[in-house]
Amino acid sequence: MQLTGAEIVIRCLQEEKVDYVFGYPGGSVLFIYDELFKQDQVRHVLVRHEQAAVHAADAYSRSSDKVGVCLVTSGPGVTNAVTGIATAYMDSIPLVVLTGQVPTAYIGQDAFQEADTVGITRPCVKHNFLVKDVKDLAITIKKAFYLAKTGRPGPVLVDIPKDITIQKTEFHYPKTLSMRSYNPVVKGHTGQIKKAVQLLLEAKRPMIYTGGGVILSNAAEKLTRLARMLGFPVTQTLMGLGGYPATDRQHLGMLGMHGTFEANMAMQECDVLLAIGARFDDRVIGNPEHFARNPRKIIHVDIDPSSISKRVKVDVPIVGNVPDVIDEIIRQLEASEGKPDARHLAAWWKQIEEWRSKNCLKYKMGSELIMPQYVVEKLYEVTGGDAFVTSDVGQHQMWAAQYYKFDKPRRWINSGGLGTMGFGLPAAMGVRFANPDATVACITGEGSIQMNIQELSTCKQFHLPIKILCLNNGYLGMVRQWQQMFHGNRYAESYVDALPDFVKLAEAYGHVGMRITKPADVEPALREAFVKHKNQLVFLDFLTDKTANVFPMVAAGKGLSEMILAEEL
Amino acid sequence: MRHIISILIENESGALSRVSGLFSARGYNIDSLTVAPTEDPSLSRMTIVSIGSDDIIEQITKQLNKLIDVVKVVDLSEAPHIERELMLVKVRATGKDREEMKRVADIFRGHIIDVTESSYVIELTGDGAKLDAFLNAIDRSLILETVRTGVCGIGRGDRILKV
Repeated sequence: MQLTGAEIVIRCLQEEKVDYVFGYPGGSVLFIYDELFKQDQVRHVLVRHEQAAVHAADAYSRSSDKVGVCLVTSGPGVTNAVTGIATAYMDSIPLVVLTGQVPTAYIGQDAFQEADTVGITRPCVKHNFLVKDVKDLAITIKKAFYLAKTGRPGPVLVDIPKDITIQKTEFHYPKTLSMRSYNPVVKGHTGQIKKAVQLLLEAKRPMIYTGGGVILSNAAEKLTRLARMLGFPVTQTLMGLGGYPATDRQHLGMLGMHGTFEANMAMQECDVLLAIGARFDDRVIGNPEHFARNPRKIIHVDIDPSSISKRVKVDVPIVGNVPDVIDEIIRQLEASEGKPDARHLAAWWKQIEEWRSKNCLKYKMGSELIMPQYVVEKLYEVTGGDAFVTSDVGQHQMWAAQYYKFDKPRRWINSGGLGTMGFGLPAAMGVRFANPDATVACITGEGSIQMNIQELSTCKQFHLPIKILCLNNGYLGMVRQWQQMFHGNRYAESYVDALPDFVKLAEAYGHVGMRITKPADVEPALREAFVKHKNQLVFLDFLTDKTANVFPMVAAGKGLSEMILAEEL
Repeated sequence: MRHIISILIENESGALSRVSGLFSARGYNIDSLTVAPTEDPSLSRMTIVSIGSDDIIEQITKQLNKLIDVVKVVDLSEAPHIERELMLVKVRATGKDREEMKRVADIFRGHIIDVTESSYVIELTGDGAKLDAFLNAIDRSLILETVRTGVCGIGRGDRILKV
């Protein structure tokens, strides 16, 4: 039977078992929306801005391991979506983004709502397609899903001109796919793994450093098993949190610009470093020359060869899928006669405990001003450490990462690579669609939340009982912190003047709003929000200490061990 | 170091911009770039000359391999290879210059492929240095126009880049 292009789009989504599409209609996608309307297998979530559609689809994927799907119209629909696409690209999140395009005959004529979608998005997608023939539509969508979720995942965009959605062809959805130009490596090289195992067994001051690759490849359990077998310390990047239980003794906390003292010191001074699914980026290792001053052997496991030896020289590169490589490391360790050197390891742990005893995350709080860290700690207690936590970008993001101890993967949802303000609220929506019964908290600031606050309307429409914790210090806090530390206290445009009354704003959207101004009220307010208003969205506006800064801190361009600690200021 | 990178890429619209976009986005240098379909019309072959340290060239080849449309990448300059470039030069050819120009073209094994009363078009192939040498050997003031294809290259002997 012949189907129209629009029917084919929906049939493809059904074949891929897509349950939610996040999107916003418009002229070029009207026929696709018409077909969406005629069925109920694929449900549509109407957002209030296309950026939010992509963030929601992105977080839907981050919290579930399914491919996120969004649908937007041509021109401004696409340009609004670009920030979301770039966010997903930087964090390697599998998305399929379907975009409408003006009819084929109008392309290149500056038609109404025309944009060069493939050109604009090329640098921030894993791949993109412009469908020029309805016969290619089904196979292109198949390729999009395949590319998005295999290898190093990422967003894939399919641009569909309007005339293609009304033309007819036979529908056939291929079960499998092979592309001569795309064959991601899975298994790691056994010989390389053998070298790695040898290094691990000879290490005197070993360290395991893991990133988002562990989460994306669902390798958390295997990583935990490997780390416990070896008894080595583990540190995780911002994107890796939850890959190894944060409450475990072997976990030294997050590393990097706002990492713990013990994690950064151990990273700098280790003699063998096992890096898994992490990419040594500038926020993680600081100045690469300073990092290289301490000699160490580096083993780097990553599915993307271009991540290896990009910023630091690696001794044993292992290209492969993280769980497969960990399996092989474990297999070889079990088969090996050698054991990690217990005497050196004990001395190393003694040193680490000494660093840890600095208690670098401690902070002082009186009875008058709420410290933002305290809010996160109380959230952890009230939710039993088991919530899905999304965040925006800035100080609150770092405090969330430092003080909420994630024991499970896919619970911590944030924009790590691109650092996109406005991510948190739409992300919380996506999490809730993927996990309908879950407790979802969005930790945000009064700056970030206003970048996608219109989504409070979407939350009302879909009855999403998200708890928004706004750490309101009246400043773009991270900007203010840098201005205080590096720009002579000149707070250029970092003061958010004329803030709305968030309580009334929440109420105007039909939600519950609460303002909390005293430390003693923090926990009761959280309990009220999470228990009494369990089934409602609650906007908790915490007025916090305006001067609080995030510590420890490695200033940009400095070495990892050159941290500024809270007590030093 | 100067490197000659050869790429087999799916002959799809936008393939060239994916490659050139990668170079500009990551700040890599392109000295020359040539592209045309191969004997299999579904594939294009691209030759890129780039200058960079070993680390950068390693990143370039890795990043090129990461492009979904790219089928194969080799650094030709890692082993014996041949490189050629084609140049067309339009020169003023009048009076005594007419004979001299033909003589120099013959020395460089160039061909005169268009003749008018006052000009020649000379076709020349060779590596870049040879083409430069020709331009230096003739009177600069007689050059009306030049066009060069950029380098294309192929490995010697058993080195074959094919799907």
